[in-house]
Amino acid sequence: MSRFLPWLFVALLTSVPLWLNDFYVLHVMITTGIFIIAAMSLNLLLGFTGQLSLGHVAFFGIGAYTSALVSLGFEVHLLPDFTVGLAPKPVWFAMLCAIVVAGLTGYAIGKLSFRVRGAYFVIVSISFAEVVRLVALNWVELTQGPMALNNIPALVLGADAFELSFLRKPAVYLLVLATAVACYVIIARLVNSRAGRAMIALRENESLAMSVGIDVTHYLVVATVVSAGIAGMAGALYTHYIRIVDPDIFLFIYTVTMVIMVITGGKGTLAGPIVGGALFGFVPEALRAMAIEPEVQWIIYGVLMVAVVYFLPRGIVPAIEHYMSGRKRSPAPAASEASQK
Amino acid sequence: MIAQAETVLSIDQVAVHFGGLIAISDMTFSVCAGEIIGLIGPNGAGKTTAFNVITGFLKQTSGDVRYRSKLLNGMKPYEIAKLGLARTFQRTSVFQERTVFQNVLTGLHCRGRSKLWDTLLQTGRETSSERELVDAAHEILRFVGLEQRAYEQAGTLPYGEQRLIGVALALAVKPSMLLLDEPVSGMNPSETARFVKLVGKIRDSGVTILLVEHDMPMVMEVCDRIVVLNYGRIIAEGTPAEIQSNPEVIRAYLGQGKKRA
Ligand SMILES: Nc1ncnc2c1ncn2[C@@H]1O[C@H](COP(=O)(O)OP(=O)(O)OP(=O)(O)O)[C@@H](O)[C@H]1O
Ligand SMILES: [Mg+2]
Repeated sequence: MSRFLPWLFVALLTSVPLWLNDFYVLHVMITTGIFIIAAMSLNLLLGFTGQLSLGHVAFFGIGAYTSALVSLGFEVHLLPDFTVGLAPKPVWFAMLCAIVVAGLTGYAIGKLSFRVRGAYFVIVSISFAEVVRLVALNWVELTQGPMALNNIPALVLGADAFELSFLRKPAVYLLVLATAVACYVIIARLVNSRAGRAMIALRENESLAMSVGIDVTHYLVVATVVSAGIAGMAGALYTHYIRIVDPDIFLFIYTVTMVIMVITGGKGTLAGPIVGGALFGFVPEALRAMAIEPEVQWIIYGVLMVAVVYFLPRGIVPAIEHYMSGRKRSPAPAASEASQK
Repeated sequence: MIAQAETVLSIDQVAVHFGGLIAISDMTFSVCAGEIIGLIGPNGAGKTTAFNVITGFLKQTSGDVRYRSKLLNGMKPYEIAKLGLARTFQRTSVFQERTVFQNVLTGLHCRGRSKLWDTLLQTGRETSSERELVDAAHEILRFVGLEQRAYEQAGTLPYGEQRLIGVALALAVKPSMLLLDEPVSGMNPSETARFVKLVGKIRDSGVTILLVEHDMPMVMEVCDRIVVLNYGRIIAEGTPAEIQSNPEVIRAYLGQGKKRA
């Protein structure tokens, strides 16, 4: 029964464009969905390997800029007589580039964190996001700086009679949903495997992990690459939906939002970022819709966050799981070692 | 049985300095295949430090460590574990938030055959490899006697059982040599008695054992040979009977209050 529940949930979400005609709500669902994907990617690092990356938005922003630039084309003069340029490419290709470039950045950061763990890693990751933001702001020839990259094309798949355009909201919504499901499956398979156990071992006890032959650094790099690639994909979805990108995409507040989503939902659980992401994606919009003063909105938002963390320190999903397992002392799960589902 | 067996581990003139503090001054000894060797000495004598050097958690200041004639100097802990040299930790050490079963499954890491692609695409190799690991995990749990606890969270178990998880994790590496750092500290007498039997079973399965322990009756009972360390120096080496009657050992160690919490 509980095996089909997630798919029932997905089916329900898929049906949304059929009966929901409110485009504003659909817009909120799209942006929330994109943030949930980003939060899921952060959770792979924060929740499973236990490393706090406070520069996570950098991967998101790099994905957004890469996809925008590849789809728009660019030309930069690196030296007086040396230019690098790229003709506009199809959006699907640009999105793949976004995943690859973000993943490569993740690789570099993962390798770096081999030397710097803990507090240093937090500082390095924040600085990294800030550096990327300054580059986006000041390398005007490439990024248009604060003028932003405009008229970013929407995703179009196929051609002629079989053309599938992701310009309208219902189509974008389904694209985001499909991506979210794919990312969920990737992360679920990863964390319930040998590689995932190695990542969790790094979180739980690094020395013990090494003592049983686990190359923890290797798995940290794997986690960072996958996490960065997924965040890059989220960024690409965002750019081709909003169709404008400026350096504000790298603001620290977005990382904080992702961290809040992961922590309140329950870090280290697969459903956590979805629950937390939905909560903190919809609540601000709901408050705005109720036409409450902005100051009051922020106060309610803050109180809600503190309340969740105070009363459910491990997050909403673990609290629910705990409640459920207390009600029916479940028999041991047979062969499956999957505790997060 | 000690006589001219093959040497598996040899420590050659190893010294470890922490700044001005000399944790190990000059240590030389070797362990033969199939032996159970005890490494004893007062608190701070350098026993754990020796373990850390052998298993790559600490770099020695000078000297060589060889395992099956392979030089271990500069190797990383996970590389040394892969050679079949496993250890437990003095401080109770488990993957707290995970079940006992998941702990052992994690310990079986190196026996898994699946690659990242197998995992993402859920190939046949992924499923067959995972099934092998699950079977192996149950076997190890049965071996150490934790089968009943398999699905309990490791961090919530009593101290003695957590120490057994540590041993199960080390056994998961499929070691040919096992280093145990005070395995029975925190165990009650009946648990200790059961542990002594387990040590015998492990040795009978062909594993060489180096044991650090403060519980003298236990050490005297299980060890073939004992090395005594004091202030980072080996002061005696011999059979349990020889050690018990060695005046220097009695002065340094056995005579004084021997137990620490
Ligand atoms: N990382 C370290 N940095 C500095 N000094 C250390 C370090 N590790 C151990 N020492 C010191 O080295 C000496 C030997 O310590 P070690 O832990 O090896 O002793 P031990 O024989 O295992 O003692 P015990 O029986 O209490 O476990 C001690 O004086 C200890 O304080
Ligand atoms: Mg010690």
